[in-house]
Amino acid sequence: MSTLEVSPVEPVTRPSGQPVVNDFSIQVATVNGSGSQTANNVLMRTLFQMGIPVSGKNMFPSNIAGLPTWFTIRASKHGYIGRRKEVDFLVAMNPETAREDVLKLESGAAVVYDEPLQLNKLRTDLHFYPVPFDKLVGPVCPEAKLRKLVRNMIYDGVVGWLLSLDMEELRQALVKQFGKRKAKAAELNWGAAQAGYDWAAKTLTKTDPFRAERMNGTAGKIIIDGNSACALGAMFAGVTVVTWYPITPSSSLVETLMGYMKRFRHDPETGKATYAIVQAEDEIASIGMALSAGWAGARSMTATAGPGISLMSEFIGLGYYAELPAVIFDVERVGPSTGLPTRTAQGDLLKNALLSHGDTQHPMFFPSSPEECFTMAQDAFDFAEQFQTPVFLMSDLDLGMNNWMADPFPYPEKAISRGKVLTADDLNRLGGFARYKDIDGDGVGYRTLPGTNHRAASYFTRGSGHNEKAQYTEREDDYVNNMDRLAHKFEVMRRHVPLPVVDSREEARIGFVAAGTSDYAVRECRDQLRAEYSIDSSYLRLLAYPFTESLKDFIRDHERVYVVDQNRDGQLLKLMRLEFEPELIAKLRSVRYYGGLPLDARTITDEVVRQEGQ
Amino acid sequence: MSTTAAPPPKKLNRIGLEVLNYKGSKTTLCAGCGHNSISERIVECFYELGVEPWRVAKLSGIGCSSKSPAYFLGESHGFNSVHGRMPSVATGTLLANRNLLALGVTGDGDTASIGIGQFMHLVRRNVPMMYIIEDNGVYGLTKGQFSATADVGSTLKTGAPNQLPPFDCCALALKWGATFVARSFSGDKKQLQTILKAAISHKGLCVIDVVSPCVTFNDHDGSTKSYSYVKDHEEMLHELDYVPFYQDISVEIPEGEVTDVELHDGSHLRIRKLERDYNPTDRLAALASLEEAAAKGEVLTGLLYLNTTGPTFIDMLNLVDEPLATLPQSRIRPSQAALDEVMEELR
Repeated sequence: MSTLEVSPVEPVTRPSGQPVVNDFSIQVATVNGSGSQTANNVLMRTLFQMGIPVSGKNMFPSNIAGLPTWFTIRASKHGYIGRRKEVDFLVAMNPETAREDVLKLESGAAVVYDEPLQLNKLRTDLHFYPVPFDKLVGPVCPEAKLRKLVRNMIYDGVVGWLLSLDMEELRQALVKQFGKRKAKAAELNWGAAQAGYDWAAKTLTKTDPFRAERMNGTAGKIIIDGNSACALGAMFAGVTVVTWYPITPSSSLVETLMGYMKRFRHDPETGKATYAIVQAEDEIASIGMALSAGWAGARSMTATAGPGISLMSEFIGLGYYAELPAVIFDVERVGPSTGLPTRTAQGDLLKNALLSHGDTQHPMFFPSSPEECFTMAQDAFDFAEQFQTPVFLMSDLDLGMNNWMADPFPYPEKAISRGKVLTADDLNRLGGFARYKDIDGDGVGYRTLPGTNHRAASYFTRGSGHNEKAQYTEREDDYVNNMDRLAHKFEVMRRHVPLPVVDSREEARIGFVAAGTSDYAVRECRDQLRAEYSIDSSYLRLLAYPFTESLKDFIRDHERVYVVDQNRDGQLLKLMRLEFEPELIAKLRSVRYYGGLPLDARTITDEVVRQEGQ
Repeated sequence: MSTTAAPPPKKLNRIGLEVLNYKGSKTTLCAGCGHNSISERIVECFYELGVEPWRVAKLSGIGCSSKSPAYFLGESHGFNSVHGRMPSVATGTLLANRNLLALGVTGDGDTASIGIGQFMHLVRRNVPMMYIIEDNGVYGLTKGQFSATADVGSTLKTGAPNQLPPFDCCALALKWGATFVARSFSGDKKQLQTILKAAISHKGLCVIDVVSPCVTFNDHDGSTKSYSYVKDHEEMLHELDYVPFYQDISVEIPEGEVTDVELHDGSHLRIRKLERDYNPTDRLAALASLEEAAAKGEVLTGLLYLNTTGPTFIDMLNLVDEPLATLPQSRIRPSQAALDEVMEELR
């Protein structure tokens, strides 16, 4: 460390002496199971309540207690809420990682740390703030076994002073975090936060430039994670059967849903449930239940992650071929195999698009924000029933498990759509029906539900060869006709999926195509390219697969199109290559990130600049 | 004389349907297959009891047995699903519509080999349905491999012996929570009929293991699932009679000889004692009897266990009375006020 230059600090990218207001990232390094999540959420919420656009990313291990965890809070007056690689403000609470964490910092960063760690000896170009946590926690927390938890709130107080946080907002954030029922715990923690603040005010001299100031960038917004947003979407979509098997990072989706359903989906008079939520024995059973519930007329769903999807493969093929509706929430994590269960990726795209043996194709929806989780979950249920097929709602760990600042959700305007279901009255009128006959030219047949009181209602559902009347067949023409109708149905879906969001710039020669959580990094990257390299770019954000015609138009309109993938193999790009003509494919470039962390803008910017030869 | 006789009046059941309404398409299984007899019994039972076909959902996995739902109850919805996964399909179907009468048909491979996991969880949940295992100890559609119910020492057509112990699906069902457990033989028309009728009247999971010989791959000497083996080794626990709820039951029951059990729908099952004293409400005794029979190479048939009180999985879920499948939007989409309340909490 002796080779490092000595202070005074000259932050690399910041003008010296100028305060840096509402534009910084805080990283808190702790061990999991230490109760730091509360302190981190309070910190995030405090900034949010001060009107500063903020995002929080939890990077946690696949473990219950004792392994390193990092929580990054980004405050951005510009409204960037994607991950930022650089850390401005480190709170080093984990002795195991403290050294590495400090060595990774860029020059000029600030470090709040536990005094005995003596991190100030590692470098001289950082702002060090040693805090005697053990000394401070004793007086505010007489109960020894709680000290490990309360200790974290002391750094909230210290950081509060250093960043000039509004402590009244912090107190309110704390009360909100603990809820009314845990008022006593909130009180105890508030004492610790205050002790940290008072000690810092009395003892520390602020030398770093980072500061928070009240602004008006969060008015009316909410804070919510994507899994909760999906849960709310499902509830307002009118889901009736939910079957699932616990798996990170999707478990909290169903667990949150249980809580909301208990509150809002019991018959006010009888107290009985208008839904069933069943924890199955594995993912094969959960998808079997979801698809058969869909077959019998329920609005059904399951939630899982990559390994679960792999297990569901056979049933999803049945869902495609026998034409059964269900919504599958896939909260993607890093594969292959067990992979990195608590890290994020978009690595299930190619698999889900073509899941199962034989010729199969499945629609996927790509929400990028909690609002879209909410609205697209509803779209997905309607879509599944309209097209009588499994629909994937593709989220990921970053979207699903992290807290996001979001616009409040709009109450659904559209009525629930149940698709083509014939009732006994319909059958009286029609005399009968052929389950898999394409009456309307959209490839979607009419179905009846078991329990329909009519002699002509019944039909036989099977995963084996079937003709228009759902009868067993091995005839060449029956098979081909049926498969062609299914292909046609998929083409019709192409015209009914949510359309991409396009931002086309006149001057732009390059374009971006991305989906889901890549959005935040792409948006910031475009600003970086314009500001730092004078490169203008257009952007098409996909909301769904199958791809729409507008994607082809977008590629035609640009010289080069960068397809952003959060996986090693460029899966989104490969999906395009499967169906596009060579002239379009030739224009596609790949930008990939697959390190397991939420995608950041700089990674894309650097790669695009490299490929652009600048 | 050239006048043709008027056709005899069609026989109708109590809801005005003829037996044709309960038939399915022509079977494609081998002539003499035990499964065909079971299909015939199903047709008879549902016809005789006057069950509305539209109330029934037929569910199956994959295999010869699982094809058979196409051959009975043609006016009922059917679902021939995935190998070994019919339990989840039945469960999901009932979650969507609790008023359906779920009739599952499976085989020994479908249940005891690939499907043992789902079967055990179905049992554990006491899902209210009929679960008929057409048990021939062999894979028919793939031409004669052993399944997990084949007895130790029984041989394939090639002469190769089975060395692994069999799963006894009745014992598994007894141990883990099924409330109606029976074993029968596809060749025993009366007993099978009575058991099926009682199962229709029961509320809870009915596991009915029917030894159903495969004439093509497992009916030879050396098989313990052949017609001749079962005929020689069948040991009936009791004689069963069924009195449907809509019939008068005032006939006196002889003391000590016959036990009368009232089933969920008000029908009655009369259990007439044979040689042994057997109490089908005693679960441990049932398990012991199965063990003893297996040791002696006997095929114990009859109603092994009946519990008319246990709550079913659907009971435990506290669902509304109507099928979830057809609840209107007003009952499944919460109000604007509910959304406002949630949004306020998240601010």
